[in-house]
Amino acid sequence: MATARLSANKVVIVGAGPAGIRCAETLLAAGFKPILIDENRRDGGQIYRRQPEGFTRDYATLYGTEAAKARDLHQSFDRLRGSIDYRPDTLVWNLTPGQLCCVSQGKHTTVEYDALILCTGATDRLMPIEGWQLAGTYSLGGAQIALKSQAVSIGRSVVFMGSGPLLYLVASQYVKAGANVAAVLDTSPLSKRILAMPKLLARPGLLFTGMKLLAQLYQAKIPVHLGIKPQQVLGDESTGVSGVRVSTARGETLTVNCDAVALGYHLRPETQLADLAGCRLRFDEASSQWLLAVDEDGRTSVNGVYAAGDGSKIRGADAAEHAGRLVAMALLEDLQQPLNAGLRDEQRHALAVMDQFRLGLAQAFPWPADQAKALPDAAIVCRCEMISAGELRRTVSEKGACEVNRAKAFSRVGMGRCQGRYCSQAGAEVIAAAAGVSVQQVGRQRGQAPVKPLSMLTEEVSP
Amino acid sequence: MNGRFVRLAEQGRPTVNLKVDGSSIEALQGDTLMVALLTQGSSLRQSEFDSGRRAGFCLMGACQDCWVWTRSGERLRACSNEVREGLDIVTTQPEATWPLHG
Repeated sequence: MATARLSANKVVIVGAGPAGIRCAETLLAAGFKPILIDENRRDGGQIYRRQPEGFTRDYATLYGTEAAKARDLHQSFDRLRGSIDYRPDTLVWNLTPGQLCCVSQGKHTTVEYDALILCTGATDRLMPIEGWQLAGTYSLGGAQIALKSQAVSIGRSVVFMGSGPLLYLVASQYVKAGANVAAVLDTSPLSKRILAMPKLLARPGLLFTGMKLLAQLYQAKIPVHLGIKPQQVLGDESTGVSGVRVSTARGETLTVNCDAVALGYHLRPETQLADLAGCRLRFDEASSQWLLAVDEDGRTSVNGVYAAGDGSKIRGADAAEHAGRLVAMALLEDLQQPLNAGLRDEQRHALAVMDQFRLGLAQAFPWPADQAKALPDAAIVCRCEMISAGELRRTVSEKGACEVNRAKAFSRVGMGRCQGRYCSQAGAEVIAAAAGVSVQQVGRQRGQAPVKPLSMLTEEVSP
Repeated sequence: MNGRFVRLAEQGRPTVNLKVDGSSIEALQGDTLMVALLTQGSSLRQSEFDSGRRAGFCLMGACQDCWVWTRSGERLRACSNEVREGLDIVTTQPEATWPLHG
């Protein structure tokens, strides 16, 4: 991949989460002063998001078992903040070779780069369910942010539905904070978890933490159902969610009353900027989604463009810290700088173990592709513009659009204000099922600038 | 229904007064607009594409389901903007009409 000689006058990192911070720290230690651009007002990314000024909960309350890691990352950032060019509250909305288009507080600026390191993170991966457009349905990550960053519960009575480790983590955080959790409904059956055990044992400590979370939920007498099939979010379009209906593993119908649903199936990477830079993506069989094609250390297919953290491969926050250090070392190597080979081997080894665990998670909590096939025609796929599964299927059956971007052009699924973040993967499954081909064959939604909507009031200022 | 969101901690913060659709509401310093509005009401805005109400979705600035506007027409994501004293928020998009679905 990237081998041509690079100049290193301007090294830009996008994203100040665990990967971006460890990357900046490693570059600074090697004598470079990177520009670190972050859309958020404060560092930490989503996982180690800091609460606003004036909030007083301590690290243990906020981050639980991850408290020490959160504190360490925040302290590392506080130490390096004055020595790097940190630009918070700044969205990179487009890029061309050597130049980023940014907007901060309504003002547009450009930032030049010689080397670009994308640490853009991930968002929740969603599978639609009939009624998920009702007020009171939130993404699982969103439910966690409400608690962590604002000390609120998303409702008086909350159902956690979907699959993946985050489902149990957030549900138990809600219980611990005193929120009322009505049920935890997991689409993955117990058998998958047992089969995945050998891979999950790659990280026995984390596996144990996961089991402890489940035990805490049982202890708090929270109903936990495995192997469910979601049917419908119940409620009214003006007052919002009033319950959920699922079928249980035994095939019985279960209705749970609630006024909020936290929904999510693990994570999907934010690859739009890498896509705009021309970086190659690859279909990852294990998680059944498109990920950035990077080498072991984080080089993309484009010379001078690198990536680390969940934005390139969904391996979680611990891995993101290692990948952040490693990608910095990859850049240093490409710049013919001296390297600490021992430190690099440590990061590579740690990531290999975490990759094994990632495969275990993908097996234990699989993406429920079949749900897309079973989605009723009336169910909404695109929440932004209220476009149904039936409308999307008609673009396949009537217009022959068996490719995601073509189906998007006809149906507008993926064209709304979230730009496909929450509908595109499920939409691809709906298209694939309707066309009778594999989801890999229908392709992926191309990244488009602006990667997030810009205000018409954005002003241009000279750099 | 009163508020959708429920405060679980951090309730000793100073108060901030703002206006929402012309009515005065009291929020706490450090609240996002979303929390200020949804601890006192059940939704944020009217969907432009159907007759349903919306109350945000992702809380991380990705879904754009929580747009509100200042009286002067500036669009804000309610999940990622904090309350400020005297802020004058409107929850219907100025001058926008779209064909409704369904």
